[in-house]
Amino acid sequence: MEITDEKLKELKEKANHIRISLIEALMAAGSGHTAGPLDMADIFTVLFFHTLKHNPKKPGWLERDRLVLSNGHICPVLYSTMAHAGYFPLEELKTLRKFGSRLQGHPHRDFLPMLESSSGPLGSGLSQAVGMALADKIDHGLTSERRIYALLSDGEQDCGQTWEAAMLAGKEKLHNLTAVIDRNNIQIEGYTENVMPLESLSDKWRAWNWHVIEIDGHNIEEIADAFEAAKAIFGKPTVIIAHTIAGKGVPEFERDYRWHGRPPNKEEGQMAIKELRTLGGKIKSEHE
Amino acid sequence: MLNPGLKLNTKIFDKDVEQVPIRQGFGEGLLEAGERNPQVVGLCADLTESTKMNLFSEKFPNRFIQVGVAEQNLASVASGLAAMGKIPFISSYAMFSPGRNWEQIRTTICYNDRPVKIAGSHAGISVGPDGGTHQAIEDIALTRVIPRMIVLSPCDSIEAKKAILASVDTGTPVYIRLAREKTPVMTTEKTPFEIGRTETFWQSDRPAVGIIATGALLHKALVVAKELEEQGIGTEVMNLSTIKPLDEKAVIELAKKVGKIVTVEEHQIKGGMGSAVAECLSQNFPVPMEFIGVDDQFGQSGTPDELIEHYGMGIKSIIKAVNKILKR
Repeated sequence: MEITDEKLKELKEKANHIRISLIEALMAAGSGHTAGPLDMADIFTVLFFHTLKHNPKKPGWLERDRLVLSNGHICPVLYSTMAHAGYFPLEELKTLRKFGSRLQGHPHRDFLPMLESSSGPLGSGLSQAVGMALADKIDHGLTSERRIYALLSDGEQDCGQTWEAAMLAGKEKLHNLTAVIDRNNIQIEGYTENVMPLESLSDKWRAWNWHVIEIDGHNIEEIADAFEAAKAIFGKPTVIIAHTIAGKGVPEFERDYRWHGRPPNKEEGQMAIKELRTLGGKIKSEHE
Repeated sequence: MLNPGLKLNTKIFDKDVEQVPIRQGFGEGLLEAGERNPQVVGLCADLTESTKMNLFSEKFPNRFIQVGVAEQNLASVASGLAAMGKIPFISSYAMFSPGRNWEQIRTTICYNDRPVKIAGSHAGISVGPDGGTHQAIEDIALTRVIPRMIVLSPCDSIEAKKAILASVDTGTPVYIRLAREKTPVMTTEKTPFEIGRTETFWQSDRPAVGIIATGALLHKALVVAKELEEQGIGTEVMNLSTIKPLDEKAVIELAKKVGKIVTVEEHQIKGGMGSAVAECLSQNFPVPMEFIGVDDQFGQSGTPDELIEHYGMGIKSIIKAVNKILKR
């Protein structure tokens, strides 16, 4: 499915709105993670507004694709995207991390049943996605059409369980499974290559019989093309290593691992929103 | 005497009572569950034959997934299958599942509300010569503390088969505790089994002590009851095969009737079945209690009988506990 120029413009704008909303939610929450949600906004936008087979009005639709967010701590971008897609009202984003909110600090299906999975502890999302893909393979064999998406962080490439799941998916030749790794090079305590070197990441995945695609995780067309290309791969799962800039969209936050696990305060948040509304000063904000 | 209403094995006290490993009941139960329900799938971590999942995997190769020695993945892959409507049974040794993969069971299965059934084989100290690394004597504590989890501990292979079949339709996560060694068959196909319900296997005319047992040690509790009756001491022996949800009504009724309780389990005393009974009774009807189980130690190599004796879970130890509590 090719992206028209009009659609491309729409998706870029949508990603920007999703970033603004998640900053607002984090400011209201007073705690939470900033860098990952910002840098995954483009990929979430493409998934929810272009690639995924889903219906926000019927979240339980059986034929839908499945999306498992493994690194649950980036849920501000999941919630923001879901709200923009119409799963729940945008105003609800301000309840993030508050008592009684459906938007728990890490996603919990008990509170928001339309989530495909509760998550938080790193390293277990790919396994769940493998289970979902296996279920379709058991029922439909090599003809299963539904796509299962697993979104992973690069930090959780440290987890042994990620590799247990990778091995099984390769062994079972799960063509219906696409994993995305947010290669933003940071984790909570520093840069990934200092905490625990991961390179060569693509070679590791190839070794377990995965088809590997590397993309610019902020290029909407590349993202959409990669998801399409994965559908054409036979007899292998696909991993998209998305090279992203941690904190993307707010130059003051970008590439700084200290934004992994903290929210913007009021001043920082207002600055960030201004940056996003003006696209870093390139355009004039409508809100001024 | 043995409760005649339960249609128990009449040869319970015979020397040549049939002995079958409890895990055999798991294998047969899963096979039957698979025949009855096409949504049932099996996953194993390189112990298919040892856990008796091979009965299922040979019949339904398309519904069996070999994950290799990867228990964390085992649990979470099952969660994903359950999310798509499958009813997954996962099997390994209890030490590894729910031992090694406890957090994955807690988060991806229970917190996530996915009805995965966890069969922990080789539970208890009677695993024997393999030694302490392989003797899961903490698994009841590990599983009963997780919300939503049902914890079953069948007393013999026939009850294990019924427990497996009953667990298919609970819509919840279930942990089923299984033992490796051959153990006496106490029940028959006709003995009733229901999740959440206890049965009184032995009833003296004037019981002075209640013995609540779980798993294969129930047999030793029954032998004790018979011996004590011959000495003029009446007991009532309860088979507590569902540890969670606890049949609180039956436990409280027993405490009210006899006033003294001895619990018997092949597990650490701390956090086990006896603790669950104590939690219930201390709130509702406190009575003196004695606990038969492993007292804060690890196991070692030996024959099952040697280990059961050494760690204080044999017939003599149970009699001693009964005599002690009678004086309290």
